[in-house]
Amino acid sequence: MQTPAPFDYERATSVEEAIASLQRLGPEARVIAGGHSLLPMMKLRLAHPEYLVDINDLAELAYIAEDGDEIVIGALTRHVELLKSELLAERLPIFRDAEQVIADPVVRNRGTIGGSLCQADAAEDLSAVCTALKAKVVIRGAEGERTVGIEDFHVGPYMTAVRDGELLTEVRIPVRPGAGSAHEKVERRAGDWAIAAASAAIWVDGGKIADAGIGLAAVGPTTVHLARAEEVLRGKAPSEDLFAEAGVVATEDCSPSADGRGPVDYKRHLAGVLTTRALRRAAARALHQEA
Amino acid sequence: MDVSIVVNGKQVTRDIEPRQLLVHFIRETPGLTGTHWGCDTSNCGACVVLMDGAPVKSCTILAAMCEGHEIRTVESLERDGRLDPVQQGFHERHALQCGFCTPGMLMTARALLDENPDPTDEEIRIAISGAICRCTGYKNIVSAVRWAAEHEAAAKHGDGLRQEV
Repeated sequence: MQTPAPFDYERATSVEEAIASLQRLGPEARVIAGGHSLLPMMKLRLAHPEYLVDINDLAELAYIAEDGDEIVIGALTRHVELLKSELLAERLPIFRDAEQVIADPVVRNRGTIGGSLCQADAAEDLSAVCTALKAKVVIRGAEGERTVGIEDFHVGPYMTAVRDGELLTEVRIPVRPGAGSAHEKVERRAGDWAIAAASAAIWVDGGKIADAGIGLAAVGPTTVHLARAEEVLRGKAPSEDLFAEAGVVATEDCSPSADGRGPVDYKRHLAGVLTTRALRRAAARALHQEA
Repeated sequence: MDVSIVVNGKQVTRDIEPRQLLVHFIRETPGLTGTHWGCDTSNCGACVVLMDGAPVKSCTILAAMCEGHEIRTVESLERDGRLDPVQQGFHERHALQCGFCTPGMLMTARALLDENPDPTDEEIRIAISGAICRCTGYKNIVSAVRWAAEHEAAAKHGDGLRQEV
C-alpha cells in the first residue's frame, strides 16, 4: 500500500488564514489543492512535508473573469472549469486545446491552475500555455501582494518564485487585439504527460506579427521559453515559411533528455513540428481563418 | 483527527491519521468494499467515487479533505433491489470480465449520464479515458453506457425500464 509519511493537516477558511498558517509552520509546510501531483510524490517519498495546508475551501480563489485589459484566473480554478469556460474558449482558445489533453476528465475535476504552475514540472502543459501568453502571477504573503512575470516565476525544475509563507493567488493574462493562440501536444496514450508540447500565441496588427509568444513543455529542465523564435516572428507577415523557420529555431533552442518517452533527436524533431503547427493554428485563429 | 464524511447518505465519523486516503476510509467502513483500490497513482480509475456529484479518484484524495462533502460509492447505485441503468447496461452488454475496474467504470458512467444523458460513443470514450480495463477492450463498456442512456431516456418517456434479468 502506498501511503504518505505522517504529517499534520490544517484546513484554511480564508486566504489570510492560509498565509498565516504557512508563515507559522515555516518551510516544512506545503499547500494542497487538487493534490494530484503532491500526493503521489508524498507516497513515493519524493516530497515529505510535515504540514499540509488545505486550501480547497477558498472559493474566493476559483474564478475566470475579465478585468480591464486582462483575463484573470483564480489559483484554485480547476482544470474542468478552464476546459468548459466559454470566455476562455472565445478569447484564449489555447486553454481549451491544452485542457482537452491534460490528464483525464476525472483528474481534471480536482487539479488546479495554481497547483499546476507551482508544481513547476517541465512537462506540465499550463506552464507552456502561460509562457506563450506572457502571463503574470500574483503571489500573496503576510506583507501583501507582488506580481511576477511568468518568465521569472519558474526558477528551476520544481522550483518557483513562491517563497515560504506565500501563496499563489491569481494568474493574469494580458489581452491584446489581433490575438490567436493554440497548444499542440504529442503523448504516448490518453492522459499521459507530453513527449513534447508547444504553446504559441501571436498578435497580428496590420497584416504583420506585432508580437509572439512560444513556450515548450517536456523538452528541457524547465518550461522552455523560445525567445529567439519570437524574435524571428516579430514584424513579419504570417506565412508557412516563417512558421517553419520558427520550428527550426525550436529544435535548436530546446534541450530534451532521453527517457522512456523517446530519444533526444525525436523530441527535438517533435518540438519543431509542434511549434510550427501551434503557430499555424494560432495565426488562423488570429486571422479568423481557422478551418 | 476526527473526520466526518457523508457516504451514501449516511454520516461516517472516525478517528483517523491525516494521511489516510479516501479509498481506505471508504473500504474500512463496514459494507463498503465495492470501491476498488488499484494502481494507487491516479491512473487506473478503479477507485472512482462521486464527490458532491463529480467523479474523483479516491486514492489521490485525503479522507480529511472530504470532511463536509458527500461521497457516493458503487453501493449506492442499486436502490430497493433495482439495479441502476448503468449496472443493468453492464449486465446486458457483458461489459466486464474480471470486474476489477467495474466499480470505477460504473461511477464514471453514472456521472457522465447525470451531466449528459445522451452521450455519443466518442463522448463516452473521453469520459472513461481515465479508467483502465484490461479485459474488455472497452467496446462493451461503451455499448453498456449507451444501453443505459437509451433506457433512461425511454424510462423518462414513460416506457419504463425493461427488466431483462
